[in-house]
Amino acid sequence: MSAAASSPPLSRRAVLGTLLGFGFGFGLAADPARAAASAMRIASLGGAVTEILWRLGAGSRIAIVDTTSVYPAEVLREKPNAGYLRALSAEGLLSAGPDLVIAAEGAGPAAVLTQIREAGIPVVLVHEPPTVEGVLEKIRAVGHAAGLDAPAETLHRTVEAAFAALAGRRARIARPARALVVLSLANGRVMAGGRESTADGILALAGLRNAAEGLTGFKPITDEAIVAAAPETVVVMSNEGHALSPDTVFAPGTALSQTPAAAKRSLVAMDGLALLGFGPRTPETAEALMRAVYPDLTGE
Amino acid sequence: MSEARRRGVAVFAGLALLLAAILLLSLGSGAVRIPPGRVLDILLQGGASGAGDPTFARDALVVLNIRLPRTLLGLMVGAGLAVSGALMQGLFRNPLADPALVGVSAGAGLAAATVIVLGDRLLAAVNLPGSLPYTALPVAAFSGGLATTYGLYRVATRAGRISVATMLLAGLAAAALAGALTGLLVYASDDRQLRDLTFWSLGSLSGATWTKVMTSAPAILPVLVTVPFLGRGLNALVLGEAEAFHLGVPVERLKRVAILLVAVAVGAGVAAAGVIGFVGLVVPHGLRLLIGPEHRRLLPACALLGGALLVLADVVARLVVAPAELPIGIVTAIVGAPVFLWLLLGRSALADV
Repeated sequence: MSAAASSPPLSRRAVLGTLLGFGFGFGLAADPARAAASAMRIASLGGAVTEILWRLGAGSRIAIVDTTSVYPAEVLREKPNAGYLRALSAEGLLSAGPDLVIAAEGAGPAAVLTQIREAGIPVVLVHEPPTVEGVLEKIRAVGHAAGLDAPAETLHRTVEAAFAALAGRRARIARPARALVVLSLANGRVMAGGRESTADGILALAGLRNAAEGLTGFKPITDEAIVAAAPETVVVMSNEGHALSPDTVFAPGTALSQTPAAAKRSLVAMDGLALLGFGPRTPETAEALMRAVYPDLTGE
Repeated sequence: MSEARRRGVAVFAGLALLLAAILLLSLGSGAVRIPPGRVLDILLQGGASGAGDPTFARDALVVLNIRLPRTLLGLMVGAGLAVSGALMQGLFRNPLADPALVGVSAGAGLAAATVIVLGDRLLAAVNLPGSLPYTALPVAAFSGGLATTYGLYRVATRAGRISVATMLLAGLAAAALAGALTGLLVYASDDRQLRDLTFWSLGSLSGATWTKVMTSAPAILPVLVTVPFLGRGLNALVLGEAEAFHLGVPVERLKRVAILLVAVAVGAGVAAAGVIGFVGLVVPHGLRLLIGPEHRRLLPACALLGGALLVLADVVARLVVAPAELPIGIVTAIVGAPVFLWLLLGRSALADV
């Protein structure tokens, strides 16, 4: 790997400071904005962050990603991978020779981020609330960090317009259907997305009512609660094209087979990151979900 | 006697060489490729000769601020775990004993889970903004470990005497209780906290900083220095508590001190690196086969080998999936368990003779 050879100079002050043991402080780069504008090798940590950078045309500047960065797969396959977002390794990240780290909020461990900052590399953390404003704000934040304010503004407008169109269509839904987001179906046990989860956020955008309103976060839900929740549609995650089939989900004898969704065989499979990642694809995903559940709305 | 002593000297020399080689390996390997010559240069001169070369500056930072603290932390934690294992096996006169029996890991684990899952909610409940500083977790783990051990110690102490058997059983109960409470926290956790818990329970030396080294050293180093002085007492204890007492060993004090040392060393280790299994079990057993059960030799040897093996495991953990890294507990168990089985096979063959 020739990453080391092509890595840009560190600020000598930063290195000296660290060597002398004063390096417990924070980003030592004198002007983060200037450092960011010239950042050519970005460590992009977090699925939505990576997706935004790619949409902004900075895919080639991504030097290293994390395991949650899975879209677009063909671009990311050959990038080095720093592992799980919350279990990063300082030396692993440094080995890619990044001059800027853009990470989803929650990246860590915190000590590793501190070590990266000690190395004179600015670390920009991006907030991730699962809302429309959250997505729009995230586009601006990532764009600003990468010195791509103008393209970010364009993408911001596109996504904002898509959200507005989505809201217009949503307003025409007379009665929101009840939907259950099933994260996994291991051994017949259903893990569902409750309130305050990203699943809840995407359902709201698609004009659906979360049937698992009694849960908070992603939790196993009991069979009785599934029957009581009476979802009219079930949303599952597909992974690289593989998804649960209606036959599996609504298998006879299971709690899910006792729901209105089973009667209509209403099952929607969507890509996990697109569904729960709250990135630039969120309006399209919400729209696809909406169209799948309310086919009559598509007639305009 | 002289034969055993010669063998002991040879083993110690071998262990010291092994440790030195592994330390150099650890400082010389990682995701960032740095030529060995440059690593030595950085270590010996603090990187002064490379001033002006930007890649040299980056390499110096990697060696001095990432690899060196990480290696030292692994050395201390591994030594502390192995020595604690040997102490526990001597104290309980049971080859299966490991530091978990005095409740340190269970208590530390529960405290850590509490911080991971409830930390920010507790802050919000008392109307403090933001999140807990990341020192909260190690501090909680260390205190939780010590508190649990103290509780077990109180349960097992009757009229000034510690019943080792009671402590062992109470330790099992405490582990089960802590496991259940941790399970409750797992249920209450969100996706991200669950991942944090899982990773923490597999251990890692990632994020080892000089601060971590400096805060762990005052807890672990005194234990390593004190432990050889318990050797004579532990040797007598092999014969039984009453016999040791008649040999002039202050048995009750020995037990108290040993339990305290284990709680401090393991508590600090768990606080710094999470739960790392198998080092406390495999290292003392392996060494007993090599140099015999004499504790004055066994305990320092455990410190050397435990430190060396944990640093080696860390090298593996950060190389196999670089630039990501494996939790170190996976490496110690994958390598430790088969080695342990192999040791057992060898031993039973001897016992049959």
